[in-house]
Amino acid sequence: MKLSKWGAEVFRETGAISRFTGLFFREVFSPRYEFKEFFKQCFLIGYKSLPLIGLTGFIMGLVLILQLRPTLLQYGVEAKLPAMVSLSIVREIGPVISALIFAGKIGSSIGAELGSMRVTEQIDSMEVSGTNPFKYLVVTRVLACTLMLPVLAVLSDAIGIYGSYIGFNIRSAMSPQLFIKQVFATLEFQDVIPAIVKTYFFGFAVGIVGCYKGYFSKNGTAGVGTAANSAVVLCSVLIFVIDLIIVQIADLLGYN
Amino acid sequence: MSTQTIAHKNKKKSLLNEPVIVVSDLKKSFGEHDVLTGFNLTLNKGETVVVLGKSGSGKSVLIKCIIGLMTPDEGKITVLGNDVSTLNRQDMDKLRMRVGFLFQSNALYDSMTIRENLEFPMRRHLAKMNAEETERRIIETLTDVGLAHTIDMMPEELSGGMQKRVALARTLILNPEIILYDEPTTGLDPITGLEISRLIVEIQEKYQTSSIVISHDMRCVAETADRIAVLLQGKCYTLGTYDELKNSDDKMIKQFFD
Repeated sequence: MKLSKWGAEVFRETGAISRFTGLFFREVFSPRYEFKEFFKQCFLIGYKSLPLIGLTGFIMGLVLILQLRPTLLQYGVEAKLPAMVSLSIVREIGPVISALIFAGKIGSSIGAELGSMRVTEQIDSMEVSGTNPFKYLVVTRVLACTLMLPVLAVLSDAIGIYGSYIGFNIRSAMSPQLFIKQVFATLEFQDVIPAIVKTYFFGFAVGIVGCYKGYFSKNGTAGVGTAANSAVVLCSVLIFVIDLIIVQIADLLGYN
Repeated sequence: MSTQTIAHKNKKKSLLNEPVIVVSDLKKSFGEHDVLTGFNLTLNKGETVVVLGKSGSGKSVLIKCIIGLMTPDEGKITVLGNDVSTLNRQDMDKLRMRVGFLFQSNALYDSMTIRENLEFPMRRHLAKMNAEETERRIIETLTDVGLAHTIDMMPEELSGGMQKRVALARTLILNPEIILYDEPTTGLDPITGLEISRLIVEIQEKYQTSSIVISHDMRCVAETADRIAVLLQGKCYTLGTYDELKNSDDKMIKQFFD
C-alpha cells in the first residue's frame, strides 16, 4: 500500500472510531438502560477473565523477583526486593500486562461475536424487532470493559505481589508479614491512583475498539476473523499509547 | 400449479382495496451501481405480493428500505399510513412492532435458547405482560409452526427448516399486521421449501397478515402469491397473478417460468 493511501486509511479509521465513540456517549446516558445485559457482560468479561489475568499476574510477580534478585544481591540490597517489585507491579507492569491479556481475550471475543452477529444478520434482526442494537450490544460491553478491567488489574497486582513473595522465598526467607509490611511501606497513593485511573482508559479502549471492529465487520466469515484480529492489534497499540500519555500527564501533575 | 395450491387459492378471501404499503418511485444505488431505479408497488390489506427477480436485482434492498434497515436515495415509502423517511427512532420502533421481517439467514440469536429468542421482542414491546402469559404465548406460537418441543433447545441444534420455522414464530410473536419474507425457501430442500411455503399461507390465514415475499423459487411463488411483481432493471417490470404471468408471451417474464 502506498504511504499516502495508508495515511488516508489511518485518518479514515481514526475518524470512524471517533464517531463511534461519540455515538457511545450519546447513547450511554439516554434510556432505555439495558441493566440485565450489562450485568451479564460484567460477569462474562470480568469474572470469566479472572483466572487468566490472575495466572499471568502470579507468574509475572514470581519471574520479576527471580530476575531482579541477582542484580540486587550484587549491591547488597536484597532486602529492597519487595519494595522494588511491588512498585513495578502496581505502577506499570500490572495494569499494562493485565490490559494486554484483557485485549487478547476480550477485545478479540467482542470483535468476533459482534462480527458474526453482523454477518448472520442478527444485529439487523435486533433493529427490526425494535431494539437499539448499539445500546444493547455496544454500550453494555464498553461499560463492562471500562468497569471490570480496573478490578481485574487490582486483583492481578495483589496476586502478582503474592507471586513475588513466593519467588523471594525460593532462594531466601522472609515472613509474609514482613514482606507485606515492606510493600505497604513503599507504596503510596500517588503510585496507586494513576495506575488505577489508566486501567479505566485501557478498558474503555478495548471495549470501543472491539465493538467497533465487530459492529462494522464485513466480507462474511473471513471478515469476522479480520475483525477479531485487528481488534487485538489496535487495542494493544492503543494501550501503549494511552499508557504513554497518562504517564506524562501524571508526571506533570506531580504523581511521580 | 399443484391441485392443493389451486384449492387453496379458491379458498382465499376477497382482498380489501386498502393499501398498507405504498412504495413510490424508489431509487437506491451502491456507488455507481444503480439497484433500484424507480420502483413502485402497492400492497393491499390481506394480500401477498411476491417480488420476483434474479439474484442481485435488488429484491432484498427493497424490503430493507421498507423496514428502515436501508435508507433510499429517492422516493417515498408509506407503511400503515406512516412515511418511513420522516419517522424518528421511537416511532420507527413502534412501526416495526406492527411489521415482521423474516431474514434469509433466519438471524436467530445463537447465544439464546428458542424461548429466549421469542421472549426477546416481547420483553421490549410487551413489557407489561406477566410471565405466565408470556410463556403461554411463546408455546402457542411455537405450536403454530409445529415446534413446541424445541422451546429449550439452542438454534444450532435445529435443522435449517426448523430454524426457519422458529424464525417465523419469532416474527409472529408480536402479531404483526405485515410480514416481509426475505427469500424464505432459499437453502432448503424442495420438500422443506414447500412446507415453509404452505406454512406462510397458513400463517397468513390465521393471523390475517399482509405479506411481501421476496423469492425466485417458483414453487414458493406459486404457493404464496396473490399477485407477483417482477423486478427487472430496478423497476417493477410487470404486476399480475401467477396465471397471468405464466401465460404471458413476454420473453423476460417467460424466463422465470421455464
